[in-house]
Amino acid sequence: MSGFMSILKRDLHLAIRQGMDNMMVVMFFVLAVVLFPFGVGPEPNILARIAAGVIWVAALLASMLSLERLFQTDYEDGSLELLTLSPIALEVIVLAKITAHWLTTGLPLIVAAPLLAVLLNMNTEGFPMLILALVLGTPSLSLIGAVGAALILGSRRGGVLLALLILPLYIPVLIFGVSAVDAVIGGFESKAQLLILSAFLMGALPLCPWAAAAGVRQAIE
Amino acid sequence: MSVFSGKNLICVRGERTVFAGLDFSLEAGGALVLIGHNGSGKSSLLRLMSGLLKPASGTLSWDGEETGEDPEAHGGRLHYVGHHDAVKPVLSVVENVSFWASLRNGGAAANEAARAALDAFGIGHLCDVPGRFLSAGQKRRVNLARILAAPAPLWLLDEPTTALDRQTIAALEATIARHRTGGGMVVISTHSDMELDAFQVLDLADYTVRQTGLEQAS
Amino acid sequence: MLHRFANPTRFLRIATLVQPWMAWSTILLAGAGLYLGLLSSPADYQQGESVRIMYVHVPAAWMAMFCYTGMAVSAGVGLIWKHPLADIAAKATAPVGACFTFLALFTGALWGKPMWGTWWVWDARLTSMLVLLFLYLGYIALANAFDDPSRGTRASSILVLVGFVNVPIIKFSVDWWNTLHQPASVIKMDGPSIDASMLWPLLLMAVAFNTYYLWVLLIRIRAEIVANKIRILRLKQVHG
Repeated sequence: MSGFMSILKRDLHLAIRQGMDNMMVVMFFVLAVVLFPFGVGPEPNILARIAAGVIWVAALLASMLSLERLFQTDYEDGSLELLTLSPIALEVIVLAKITAHWLTTGLPLIVAAPLLAVLLNMNTEGFPMLILALVLGTPSLSLIGAVGAALILGSRRGGVLLALLILPLYIPVLIFGVSAVDAVIGGFESKAQLLILSAFLMGALPLCPWAAAAGVRQAIE
Repeated sequence: MSVFSGKNLICVRGERTVFAGLDFSLEAGGALVLIGHNGSGKSSLLRLMSGLLKPASGTLSWDGEETGEDPEAHGGRLHYVGHHDAVKPVLSVVENVSFWASLRNGGAAANEAARAALDAFGIGHLCDVPGRFLSAGQKRRVNLARILAAPAPLWLLDEPTTALDRQTIAALEATIARHRTGGGMVVISTHSDMELDAFQVLDLADYTVRQTGLEQAS
Repeated sequence: MLHRFANPTRFLRIATLVQPWMAWSTILLAGAGLYLGLLSSPADYQQGESVRIMYVHVPAAWMAMFCYTGMAVSAGVGLIWKHPLADIAAKATAPVGACFTFLALFTGALWGKPMWGTWWVWDARLTSMLVLLFLYLGYIALANAFDDPSRGTRASSILVLVGFVNVPIIKFSVDWWNTLHQPASVIKMDGPSIDASMLWPLLLMAVAFNTYYLWVLLIRIRAEIVANKIRILRLKQVHG
C-alpha cells in the first residue's frame, strides 16, 4: 500500500509541476465541445438534444489524448524498467499510475462538464446525473485506455494508433453514460444505466491493470 | 551465504540467438565482470539477470530457488543500472533518489538515505536542483546514488562508468568494494578500466569464466 | 534456434498436402451453394429476390466472428505456450477476418437499400459488425506498428484477448442502445424457421466459407514462415 501511495504521490507531483500539460487536456475538451454549435448551428433545441452525447464524446477524446503520455515518459527515460524491477507488483504500480492519471485529467473534465452543459443549453435536470455518470464512467476510460497506452509503447506513431485501439472499446461506456443523462432529462429512471456503468468499473478495476501490466512487461523486454 | 547462479542460459533477441549455453555462479561478496565486443550480449545478460528479459531456456536461481518464480522478490534484492538514468527533469535531485528509495524501504527515512547517498558521489550540494539542469555525468551519479540509498544485495551495472570522470569512478570503485565487504554481489559490464579486488571475468566470446586476482579488468 | 522451427517445418509438409483439398472443396461447395442459392431456391415471399444476398451475408458474418474467436484462441496459445505457429496463425487470420467483416457489412448495406430504403441504418447487428471491423483494423495496425516484428506479435496478442473479452460487452451495449433509439421494426434477416430449400444453400455456403478461410490461412501461414526465414538469413548476414 505504501508503494502505491509513493507512486501516486510522485505522479501527482510530476503532473502538478508540469501544470500546463493537464490544462491543455481540459482546454481541448472545452474547445471540442464549443466546436459543435458552429457545426450544427446555434439552435437551442438541437444543442440541448445532443448536449449529453457531445460532452461524453469530447470527454472520451480528451481522456484518450492524455493517455498517450501515461507510460511514455517513464518508458523513454528508463523509469519504467526500474519500476518493473521494484519489489512492488507491477499491477499495483500500473493501478497507481492510472489513479494519478484520473485525478489529474478525469477529475478536471468532470469539473468542466457542467459549464459546457450550460453552453449547450442542456436541461438542468440532467446536470447531477451528468456528473454522476462521468464520475462512474471516466475511471473506466482511464483503466481501459491504460491497456492501450501500454501496448503502443515503442511503436511508430503511437498517438493515432492508441485512438484506433481503444476508441472501439470505449463504446459501451459512452452508450450507458449518455443514456443515463438522457433518461433523466426524458423523465425516466436511470438506475439501470448507473448500475451497468458501475459494473463496467468493477470489471475494469481488476482486469485492466493486469492486462496493462502484461503490456508493459512485453514492452520493456 | 547467498548464491546467484545461471545455468545453460539461452538468450534470443529478435529471432537472433545472442548467446547460448551460458553458465555463471556468483557468491556473496563476489564480482563478475562481463567482457565482449559490441552486440555480444553483455546488456542482454544483465537484463536477463534482472528479470527484465526472460531467457529462451535455462534457469536463473538465487539460493537454489528460481528467480522467475517470484519476480517481485527478485526485484527487491537487486539494483539495476541500465543505459538510461531515469532522472525526472521536474523533480529535484533528492526527490528523484528518495522516490526510488521509498519504494524499497516503505518511505521511512528515504530522504536522509538519499542525501547520504548523494554525498557519497559528491553531488550532495545539488540536492535541491531540478533534474533538467544536470549534465550527463551528474545524472549518472544521481542514478548511482539511487542504488546506495536503499540496500540490495545484488547490483547489476551496465556500463556504469559512462560519462563519469576519473574521480567519480574511484568513488564508484570504493562503493563497490564496501558493498562487497558487506556481502553484496556485483555484476558489471564495462569498457573502461576499473579497479576491483579478486573478481571473475565472463568472456561472452566463448562463455568461459576465469578467476582473476588483483588486476585491472578491461 | 532449430527447436523453434522444428514444428513449422512439419507444419509446412502437412500444409502442402492439405491445401489443394481445401482449394477444391471451396470451389465445389461454393459453386453448388451459389447455384442452389442464386438460381434454384425460391424467392422470399416478403423480401423477394433480395433474400439471396443472405447466402453470402450470413456466412460472412459467421466467419467474421469465427475468425475473431480463432485469433483470440491462437493469441492465447501463443502468449501462454510461446508456440510460434500460434502467433503466426493469429496474425495470418486478421486480414481474412477483416475482409469477411467488411463483406458482411457491404452485403448488409446492399440488402438494406431495397429493404429499408437506405444503405445504412444503425441496426444493432450492423453496428456491432462495424465495431468488430474496427477491432480487426486496430489489431492489424498494432501488429505492424513495430520495427521488431516479435514486439508487434506480443502486443497485438494481448490486444486481441482484451478485445475478445469486450466483444460480448459491446454487443450487449449496442443492443441496448439500439432498442432505446429504434423500436424493433426491422425485419430480421434470418427468421427462426427457414425452409429446407433455403437452408441447404446457406449451409453449403457456410462450409465453403470455412474451407476458403482454411485455404487462405494455409497460404498466409506458409508465406509468413518463409518471410521469417528470410529475416533470419538477413540477420545472419548482419551479425554473422
